Amino acid sequence: MTSIAVRLLVPAAREAVRGRWLAGLALALALAGELLIRFGGGGATTVVSLLDIALVVTPLAALVVGTMQVHNAREMTELFLAQPIGRGKLFTGLFLGTALPLAAALTIGLLAPFAWHGLFATPIAGTLIALGGVTCALALIGSALAFVIALNADDRVRALGIALAAWLVGAVLWDGVILLVTMLIGGRGVDTALLIALALNPIDLSRVLLLLGTDAAALFGYTGAVVQHTLGTAAGRAVLIAALALWLALPLWLAARTFKKKDF
Amino acid sequence: MVRWCDVITLPFLLLQQLVVSPTGPYRTVAAAVQAAPAGATVVVRAGRYREPTVTIDRAVSLSGDSGAVMDGEGSHAIIIVRGDGVTIQGLEFVNTGTSYREDRAAVRIADAGQCRVEHNRFTNTFFAIYLARATNCDIADNTIVGARGREAVTGNGIHLWSSRDIRVSRNVIRGHRDGIYLEFSRHADVRDNVSELNGRYGMHFMYTDSSLYTGNTFRDNGGGVAVMYSKVVTMTKNLFSSNHGPTSYGLLLKEIQDARLSGNTFRRNTVGLLCDGADRMIALDNQFEDNGWAVRMLASTVDGRVEGNTFSRNSFDVAVNGVGTSTVFAGNWWDSYHGWDLNRDGIGDVPYHPVRLFALLVEHAQPALLLQRSLFVRLLDAAERALPVLTPSGVVDARPLMRRPAGGAR
Repeated sequence: MTSIAVRLLVPAAREAVRGRWLAGLALALALAGELLIRFGGGGATTVVSLLDIALVVTPLAALVVGTMQVHNAREMTELFLAQPIGRGKLFTGLFLGTALPLAAALTIGLLAPFAWHGLFATPIAGTLIALGGVTCALALIGSALAFVIALNADDRVRALGIALAAWLVGAVLWDGVILLVTMLIGGRGVDTALLIALALNPIDLSRVLLLLGTDAAALFGYTGAVVQHTLGTAAGRAVLIAALALWLALPLWLAARTFKKKDF
Repeated sequence: MVRWCDVITLPFLLLQQLVVSPTGPYRTVAAAVQAAPAGATVVVRAGRYREPTVTIDRAVSLSGDSGAVMDGEGSHAIIIVRGDGVTIQGLEFVNTGTSYREDRAAVRIADAGQCRVEHNRFTNTFFAIYLARATNCDIADNTIVGARGREAVTGNGIHLWSSRDIRVSRNVIRGHRDGIYLEFSRHADVRDNVSELNGRYGMHFMYTDSSLYTGNTFRDNGGGVAVMYSKVVTMTKNLFSSNHGPTSYGLLLKEIQDARLSGNTFRRNTVGLLCDGADRMIALDNQFEDNGWAVRMLASTVDGRVEGNTFSRNSFDVAVNGVGTSTVFAGNWWDSYHGWDLNRDGIGDVPYHPVRLFALLVEHAQPALLLQRSLFVRLLDAAERALPVLTPSGVVDARPLMRRPAGGAR
């Protein structure tokens, strides 16, 4: 039965790659990385700078490309729906066919310059691997959200608008609101509330997870110590990763439910 | 320096040499020291000497051959000096054990002057060198390695209490509570030491006026260096590095008057320089690199001058807990300065405001730090550049440098 999903994955993936979007994205990321390494050296600072780019670009690309792909694959989807194939399997195939090439393109584009400069053999290798992992996770989460959006908004432009709005909320507005609320309530216990608020946003979650891996957290004084103390441990990291996994599972479940009931 | 008494005693010095070795003529250091007249040299041959605390009360020079070890057997102090002109060199001191009732030291110099403690090695001693009411002594070239671990069970490496004119030079100290501790002392000269991996402070100044420390390296200490309740302390060419932690800083100035800092490097500290009640502090030509906060000033700090310093790659250049500060910032180089220089005199035409809006917000609610490096905070920075009205205007460098000053870095 998995084989059907896998066989469905291939045409979906082919559809995704044909758009040339992914190749362009990967190239742009690789170029950015190359420039950063050339002008900033291959140190931890470069990785942290690239981390900033990854945290902005990955969700944006996943949301936009994912949303467009669902709409592009609409005819193909309807064709497959006419065949005696379970909708669950069809959904799995479609999602993986869209999300995996996207995740691969972003991760490869991001890490390739480090690979050909031989930086995986240096102490920053751990951070690089974490960066790759987080990029993958964000790409998958973004794709899942894109599926939810695209399956619920039949109009292509409207779907794209919602996807962009979702990115804007996650990448910018959420932090603004958090900052505002932190300023307003202040005082004790606010760090716990803040951590919970950050966990509700996969982009913040990824940022905290990655910064924990670098020694930047150590420079953050008391707060850095609190974060390092609560989340820097293996258990804390596991909680963060579990939260990320939940961020993948929840939209996927929503999208699958919509897909199964949807009248195409 | 040759003193008249040296000239007179010189012939005796050559004659008067007492040798301690496990096979005689003297088998214990105490026996030789007791027999030695003033001006004599006691040579300690290689061997491990386990004996009760030795007291030296006249001008004897104690000189160890390599491999000469004095062992406190985990239960007592090793040498107490109570006379002027004593020299202790080339010995290794081990195992004083821990005491909660006394400040047990491998070498204690009490009420004595003109002493020299040089080229010794201290391993696993509670306090290594303890000076109480000592004057005009040299503590140089010693290597001091404490029982690295919990603060509660180690004393200080070099401890000065109520002493005057002490020179502490080229020692290496690690694994103690405070590497170097000075209290109620005057005219101390602390030079070219390395103090690292100490549980509390690399160096701790308390009520020690008119002192100088220069060329020292302080790194990876629990709290950094603390200079407290002192007047006229000059700090030059020191390196304060890698002091990380919730209450850590490179250098704390607390209740200090007329401190002068120049040519120091602050690198990779949670807070580089923390000023809490530093009056008339002058900071010239220092480097602040890769710190969380380069300079943090509490409102109790008044009338300082911060000039010609270099600020690069710090998360925050300056933070103040009040609206502004009476400290004057002028002619510093800031890596995040984006101004221009039309008349090409090397000084930016636009003033620089080193306190970012985000820094102010963080000061208000520290957990907001978790948003550091987020896109929102970057947009906030960009907005500040576009709309300078957003930037807190309390702290300003009216003539920021366009080019990074050369030199000074270590």
